[in-house]
Amino acid sequence: MNTHDVTMKSQTPLVGPADAARYDSRFSSLASGTMSSAMRDLMAITEQADVISLAGGLPDTEAFPRAIFDGIVSDMGSEYLASSLQYGPTDGMKDLREQIAILMSHEGAHARVDDILITSGGQQAIDLSIRTFVNPGDAVLAEGPTYPGAVPCFTAYGADVTHIPLDDDGMRVDLLEEAYARLVAEGRPPKLLYTIPNFQNPAGVTMSLARRQRLIEFSHANGLLIIEDNPYGMIRFEGEALPTLFELDGGAGWVVYLSTFSKILAPGVRVGWAVAPPAVLRKMNLGKQAADLCSSNLTQRFITEYLRRHDYREHVARVNTLYKARRDVMLSTMEQRFPASATWTHPRGGLFVWATLPDYIDTKALQAKALERQVAFVPGEAAFLDGRGKSSMRLNFSGVSEALITEGIGRLGEVLTDFCALHETLHPRRT
Amino acid sequence: MSRVAVLKGGPSLEREVSLRSGTNVELALARLGHEVIPIEADQHLVRTLREARPDVAFVALHGRGGEDGTVQEILEILQIPYTGSGVLASERAMDKVVSKALFRNAGVPAPPGYAFNKDAFSKMGAADTLPEMQQKLGLPLCVKPARQGSAFGITMVREPGDLGGAILNAMGYDDRVLVERFVPGRELAVSVVMAPEPWALPVIEAVPLGRDFYDFEARYTPGETELRSPRDVDDDIIQEAARVSILASRTLECRGITRVDLILDDDNHLWVLEVNTIPGMTDTSLLPKAAEVAGIGFDRVVADMLDLAALDV
Ligand SMILES: Cc1ncc(COP(=O)(O)O)c(C=O)c1O
Repeated sequence: MNTHDVTMKSQTPLVGPADAARYDSRFSSLASGTMSSAMRDLMAITEQADVISLAGGLPDTEAFPRAIFDGIVSDMGSEYLASSLQYGPTDGMKDLREQIAILMSHEGAHARVDDILITSGGQQAIDLSIRTFVNPGDAVLAEGPTYPGAVPCFTAYGADVTHIPLDDDGMRVDLLEEAYARLVAEGRPPKLLYTIPNFQNPAGVTMSLARRQRLIEFSHANGLLIIEDNPYGMIRFEGEALPTLFELDGGAGWVVYLSTFSKILAPGVRVGWAVAPPAVLRKMNLGKQAADLCSSNLTQRFITEYLRRHDYREHVARVNTLYKARRDVMLSTMEQRFPASATWTHPRGGLFVWATLPDYIDTKALQAKALERQVAFVPGEAAFLDGRGKSSMRLNFSGVSEALITEGIGRLGEVLTDFCALHETLHPRRT
Repeated sequence: MSRVAVLKGGPSLEREVSLRSGTNVELALARLGHEVIPIEADQHLVRTLREARPDVAFVALHGRGGEDGTVQEILEILQIPYTGSGVLASERAMDKVVSKALFRNAGVPAPPGYAFNKDAFSKMGAADTLPEMQQKLGLPLCVKPARQGSAFGITMVREPGDLGGAILNAMGYDDRVLVERFVPGRELAVSVVMAPEPWALPVIEAVPLGRDFYDFEARYTPGETELRSPRDVDDDIIQEAARVSILASRTLECRGITRVDLILDDDNHLWVLEVNTIPGMTDTSLLPKAAEVAGIGFDRVVADMLDLAALDV
């Protein structure tokens, strides 16, 4: 049968525009709050062919060896066919949780296998942890900027987010303490802190050891629950690995740890995980039951067998070499092509550079102009819940070749230079 | 029954809206018994159109490229009759500066304004005229990119020092920028069927929910709006809204069905803001709402648009 026939036939009886109003009164408040439509419209055209997109956060999946993939799939077929095609426990496959405990120990984090919950990507881990703790209107702390993908989770559950500024040493823990005290004084102690200490998305910065220690001390003294999201810890190009907050917590139970295979292996498998104290894990488990019963056994098995047979660290080293070269090209091209009034972070790992422009530039307008030149980035506003970030932008270097980074940053530089010149003429300096 | 190519998507900032309009149009065309050929307006558009050999093209594109005469010119060359306005009318309507000049000559009431392109600022020192502009038009001002749909790049200027920044922001969306007096008031939309004897569909008012009607953010920040027949508006004002909307569409020499956006100010004066040659056809758009209020339904509107499809030459 012709698939076109099928789609046209099945489309015909659908409800028309005039019927749309019937749903309006039925939509949940959860379904109503989302990203501003201007941002959505802007992002929709970044995905077109011919656009050099520095807007994504895509790891390079071409670097995954075909032979390894084929080998695992073939072994899965002979050894685990039925179980891979079956439902699994909500907590996830035990074999995989064991592998994750080993993997985490390589980062110096020691988790009990029973404290691990497999999730459908790191994204679900974020969603579950926020939904487990946050009631509408609850105060929540997060870095400013924070992970743009966490923004819809905060919005959906009605979190009232206070952003804590970052500098080159990561989150300003002193400012966190102030914000915390202020919120407590207002009678709204924050429910939790969501933080990405390593190679933060979008800022690219890493929290220093001193700040990690101070944060954990503060958390213990005040009972501040921390959600530590760590997809990028191993995507390190230089410098020493720092202990995770989870490890520094020392089993005191104030840190819920989240991570994912998306950046170290492949986002297509949609496998992430959470580590939490049993009481918390039970609630997250309930949330996951409601969301999807269990993550795919097929991809959990794939990851498990991959981890059993191969040293994932070789793969990580391979992509890190690739990303480091791309980062270097991005930073050096920015140095040459961006106007002097722009500043940006110098990430030592991860996937992103965060650039801040003169405050008269609105990066949404810049994005519109840049799209005419076929270059895209993420306007900074996407990383805030309070409308800040207007003059900042996130640039991704992992998913684009060095040649395209050079070209893309070059074009962006021209658009930027143009904007700055125009600003000069519109605001002549009075002497 | 005809073979109808529905052109949608495209690289404009209003791509998403276009995709939603396009889907609704496709469903309606199928219900009307036509053969539907959905076509993405990408870089292969001409080739796709040549291969598809449609009898007629339904242009469901919004914004630049699709609504400004570009796609229309392509369809002229390929000699495929298309819905909506022709090449020049599309250009005139898309450019708020050109529309305003034509409105002025034709006696269509429009807020006063000035326009400059980028070169005027960078090469001719036009920035020095900003104080005069402000003085002549008065605050608050509304700064808009000349050729851009939706609310992209539109800023309200309340403080004298903010005009430059607003112009810079609008320049992100177009090299030509319009500085216009901001007229507070109620937002009305009139859809006009440009039949040989043009007629207007019922006037629809967009009422921002939970916000002050008159405020700028409500008008230009996407949020929840209720679309309904205006309440407590005299019948002669409704008639007048229809009259100026038809006049505005005629002035630009539009075809098909247009949607004219107007403001009804506190003194019951009507002001035309713009004419849209390709009105949105999404579930929450104004034209489908007008069709519903008129009791003729969405499919009939689509059928009328198709009937009015033509070529300039
Ligand atoms: C900080 C952070 N957390 C979570 C995720 C989501 O990861 P996943 O693809 O595994 O859902 C991302 C992906 O970009 C991320 O940057």
